[in-house]
Amino acid sequence: MTTSIMEIDRLNLHYSEFHALKNIELDIPEKTITAFIGPSGCGKSTFLRTLNRMNDLVAGVKIDGSVKLDGEDIYGAETDVESLRKRVGMVFQQPNPFPKSIFDNVAYGPRLHGIRDKATLNEIVERSLRGASLWEEVKDLLGKSALSLSGGQQQRLCIARALAVEPEVLLMDEATSALDPISTLKIEELVRELKKEYTIVMVTHNMHQAARVSDRTVFFLNGELVEADETEKLFSNPSDARTEDYITGRFG
Amino acid sequence: MKATLDPARPGSEGAEPTSRAEASSEPRAEASPASAAPSGGTPPRPTARRKSRSGGEWFGKTYTLICVAVLIVTIFSIVYFVASKGLSTFFVNGVSLKEFLFGTKWAPDGEPQSFGALPFITGSFVTSILAACISAPLAFCAAIFMTELMPKFGKRVMQPVIELLAGIPSVVYGFVGLTVIVPFFRAIFPGQGLGLAAGAVVLSIMILPTITTIATDAMSNLPRGLKEGSYALGATRWQTISRSILPAVIPSMLTGVVLGIARAFGEALAVQMVIGNAPHIPSSLFESASTLTSVITLSMGNTIMGQVQNNVLWSLALVLLVMTFVFVAIVRVLERRSLR
Ligand SMILES: Nc1ncnc2c1ncn2[C@@H]1O[C@H](COP(=O)(O)OP(=O)(O)OP(=O)(O)O)[C@@H](O)[C@H]1O
Ligand SMILES: [Mg+2]
Repeated sequence: MTTSIMEIDRLNLHYSEFHALKNIELDIPEKTITAFIGPSGCGKSTFLRTLNRMNDLVAGVKIDGSVKLDGEDIYGAETDVESLRKRVGMVFQQPNPFPKSIFDNVAYGPRLHGIRDKATLNEIVERSLRGASLWEEVKDLLGKSALSLSGGQQQRLCIARALAVEPEVLLMDEATSALDPISTLKIEELVRELKKEYTIVMVTHNMHQAARVSDRTVFFLNGELVEADETEKLFSNPSDARTEDYITGRFG
Repeated sequence: MKATLDPARPGSEGAEPTSRAEASSEPRAEASPASAAPSGGTPPRPTARRKSRSGGEWFGKTYTLICVAVLIVTIFSIVYFVASKGLSTFFVNGVSLKEFLFGTKWAPDGEPQSFGALPFITGSFVTSILAACISAPLAFCAAIFMTELMPKFGKRVMQPVIELLAGIPSVVYGFVGLTVIVPFFRAIFPGQGLGLAAGAVVLSIMILPTITTIATDAMSNLPRGLKEGSYALGATRWQTISRSILPAVIPSMLTGVVLGIARAFGEALAVQMVIGNAPHIPSSLFESASTLTSVITLSMGNTIMGQVQNNVLWSLALVLLVMTFVFVAIVRVLERRSLR
């Protein structure tokens, strides 16, 4: 099989007193789609945010264990958080474009990392918008405010914005839950397309979405990783009884 | 000068009560039909509903309407009063509007009389805009500190302290300015230390709470996703502040700045204590000058109601009033634009 791009080993996370992630061990293979499922509050978002250290922004978070990206511990002393986040991009549940033009939204990341040249920026913006299947819709409105786009377009813009810094891994936290079914299908299609070049980790509340889109599925419950397996296997023949209860809808 | 004025006083005092009575009875006469109209016009509607709804609601509505009517009448009376007195300088006393607005010589008791208010108008604008220029960056930094860098310390210590600044009486600011800032300027710069610069510094501290409070509110109301989105792309904290937060709060900051300028524009006492009160346009920021408010407070006691010297002060007040309307209008426009 493909090699693992991220390896998580005995990861524990506390929000002050609350033990939110318990001894997580997981390998995320390169250029695949991994889906996290589980009932609300089980720690999916928390876990996802440990993968690009977004939890650093929350006061009172304690993390131990290791998360390795290409063999290097991202919580190690010499890790530069900014370049980590450049390598591990993130798309949020609510589309959150900046109140700037479409162009400036996509160019935000490259500019942060020192790209000033107009021609290069143009090229990056076009490539990223194409990558997020948004180019055809917005190529004539690049100067317009991003806030004037529809919710689904905004979310694809956020994907384009993340792609513009050329990440290796893309984290998506319920990226379609605020969208209508058609926009959702578009983004699912896009995600399958993106898998050719990127490793994708997505949180979803929708088990059908996990089954439709992902290669591997991970089931969480109360901060524990219950089961991680090939999507087909996990949904058809789960090895843990709790997984079976959850996917057959007996709780959650 | 005084000798020529004093004999005139008793003579004009005799004429004065009538003009004063006229002036004050005019708005009142205006007021009563105006207040009667809303309260007389509205009761029919509540009484029609009274059967189905409780009497408490009827009472509440009437009470509210009366309060609103009183407010509106008061505001309109003030505007009417200031306008009628202020305009009589031009229509009754025949001072030319152009001379008033653009003339640079202020000699109401001189021979010939001269009513050029430009030094005061410039003084007011320069001090308030300068005050805003000093205050706005400070307010922005204070707001960043309170929302981004040390939210806990900011909320518990800094916010109350800054709000306290708003409650200090202006005479205290003026006094502090006179004993600290003026000698300081005198020591460093040429001149007496009194002047536009001292006025602007005092004003900048006075308007700091206004701008800071508005900037802090704007920053804490920013959508959470804005900052996270920036961090997730690999931005540092300062990049996030300068490229994401600053542009997003600029419209609200502008509102705060305009409100601050409006407050500075209307402040009288503190400025008057440190500005020097010379009635001409200074050639440097450290030279004595005047503002609209300072000249009104200083000259008020020396003039007689109904005379041109007094009316022209009302004209200055009218300029202040009009400028306040302009500031309010600017704030409205800015707010509407930031909503879009
Ligand atoms: N900032 C925080 N401070 C304290 N506790 C938190 C914080 N964020 C999350 N938690 C707690 O950690 C647990 C896991 O939260 P998390 O957001 O990861 O759940 P989730 O699986 O993503 O749920 P959902 O499906 O509803 O998004 C929850 O019990 C939550 O209350
Ligand atoms: Mg979540």
